[in-house]
Amino acid sequence: MPILRTIQLGYSCDSKILLRNVTLDVEKGEVFALIGPTGAGKTTLLRLLNLLDMPTSGRIYFDEQDAAKSTRLRLEMRRRMGMVFQKPAVFNSRVYENIAYPLKVRSCSRKEIQTRVEEMLEITDLKGYEKRKAQTLSGGEAQRVALARAIIAQPELVLLDEPTANLDPVSVSKIEEVLTRIIHEQKTTVIMATHDMSQGQRMADRIGVLMNGELLQIGSPNDIFCAPRNREVAEFVGVENILSGTVVDKEAALATINIEGGVIEAISEFTVGDEIYAIIRPEDITFRLTKDTSSARNVFEGKITRITTVGPLVRIELDCGFSLLGVVTRKSADELNLSLGQRIYASFKATAVHTVKSWS
Amino acid sequence: MTELWDAFLQAIQLIVSLDKEVVEIALRSLAISTTAVILASLVCIPIGGLIHFRNFRGKRPLINIIQTFYSVPTVCVGLFVFLFISRAGPLGGLGLLFTPAAVVMGQMVLITPVLMGLTISALSGVDKAIKDSALSSGATEFQAISTIIKEARFAVVAAFIMGFGRAISEVGAAMMLGGNIRGYTRVLTTAISLETQKGELVLALALGIILIALALIVNIIVNLALQRY
Repeated sequence: MPILRTIQLGYSCDSKILLRNVTLDVEKGEVFALIGPTGAGKTTLLRLLNLLDMPTSGRIYFDEQDAAKSTRLRLEMRRRMGMVFQKPAVFNSRVYENIAYPLKVRSCSRKEIQTRVEEMLEITDLKGYEKRKAQTLSGGEAQRVALARAIIAQPELVLLDEPTANLDPVSVSKIEEVLTRIIHEQKTTVIMATHDMSQGQRMADRIGVLMNGELLQIGSPNDIFCAPRNREVAEFVGVENILSGTVVDKEAALATINIEGGVIEAISEFTVGDEIYAIIRPEDITFRLTKDTSSARNVFEGKITRITTVGPLVRIELDCGFSLLGVVTRKSADELNLSLGQRIYASFKATAVHTVKSWS
Repeated sequence: MTELWDAFLQAIQLIVSLDKEVVEIALRSLAISTTAVILASLVCIPIGGLIHFRNFRGKRPLINIIQTFYSVPTVCVGLFVFLFISRAGPLGGLGLLFTPAAVVMGQMVLITPVLMGLTISALSGVDKAIKDSALSSGATEFQAISTIIKEARFAVVAAFIMGFGRAISEVGAAMMLGGNIRGYTRVLTTAISLETQKGELVLALALGIILIALALIVNIIVNLALQRY
């Protein structure tokens, strides 16, 4: 039995449906990331899981018990969880009292509180801050106080609502460091909402994609990135080359796929006649100025329609009957001396193409 | 206008000479109103917290009604309590009428709306995230309410001081329920009223100045105590 189970969870507010039919199992010790765009319902779902709001429909089971049973049970369950909110909220008192709060409401002894708070100050790198007024802290520091407060009572389940949104990179890595530590040392179950794809990939065992209040897909990070269930998920997880087509020939594992405006070859499990989507990550596309012989099965000539610089990378959009997007380093782009309207060759291996069944 | 100056001088004289009767009246005023405001606070601040904390049908109208009662006339409160504690009233058997306890009761009823309403306003100013953080940290409803009250302590104390001010300065309830009995239920406001009727305007004004001075002292003490937090 999973530590947390939701069945057909729904929530609406002012006749607006914010969540519908969320059915989810989270196993003990698992790190589960909820990803989705802003407004998808991630915060709403986490608040329901923390039993702060009541669902309008469906059930939540925590450690095999139905949370709707009684207010008392909900309090007991809440005391076995910890939550970090997106906007760090600290009480108007010193850092020490802030971190000690969960133990104080559980009537722990003064001595125990002191030992645990000191431990938390150490873990979250807040030593020396205990006498500071919590409201004078920076965003990153306040978020670490909130994190310390969420984990001081050694919860079995930690819920994190975009814990690193709007923080600087140093604060982000500090928070992630603490999280990784408690995940490994205490085998805590973690559910984190994030819109940062790479954070989800870095930390999670499984990812759930939440869009418009619906859990569209659950799977390992690899599943989600390589086999998104539909176009919205694919677009959200950053897959940019999505080509729809039909398998027209199959030789061993190598499939020939007819796509609009061309033919590509891919390693695929699908058979002739299957309607599929071919997904190619931009990093897997290489560009060259001449059509050399290469081991790549797919080589296309096309016209550059757009060049955008993103940090150290340059994104190149090519029209070769169909549209292809590739990424090269700025240095390569300079060496190739690329310009708009120029005709160049793009190539990618048959193994770089992921095929997924056409979604309805 | 010389009366004002004379009153000021006389007030100082009364304070400095520690006039026995004046000191007694002033202390009685202080005792009655402090008791009333403390007792009322013990009831009203938690109830105000509960009203703020919970969502229920008719919450908004209830708050409107509470706020309307800020301006209830003191004599109406006096009359209302009088009906309860007079011989024929439901609490008549307790023999409370014309005792200091009756005045405390009257003042409690009078300041209940102010204390409750201002507590609700004070707590509304606290970020909702504080409530969520408290509950999420495992606080019971009562613990969460007291955390929120602590967050809004300055505004809640302002409600307390406002309640004290309204209690010590009212005359209607004290007169109707206490009866202005010398040495027993006479407080500053009823004494001022009496002295004015007797034509002792300077003495009445002096007592008024003493009342303001008392309020000032209570204010200073409460604020000093608050700053230590």
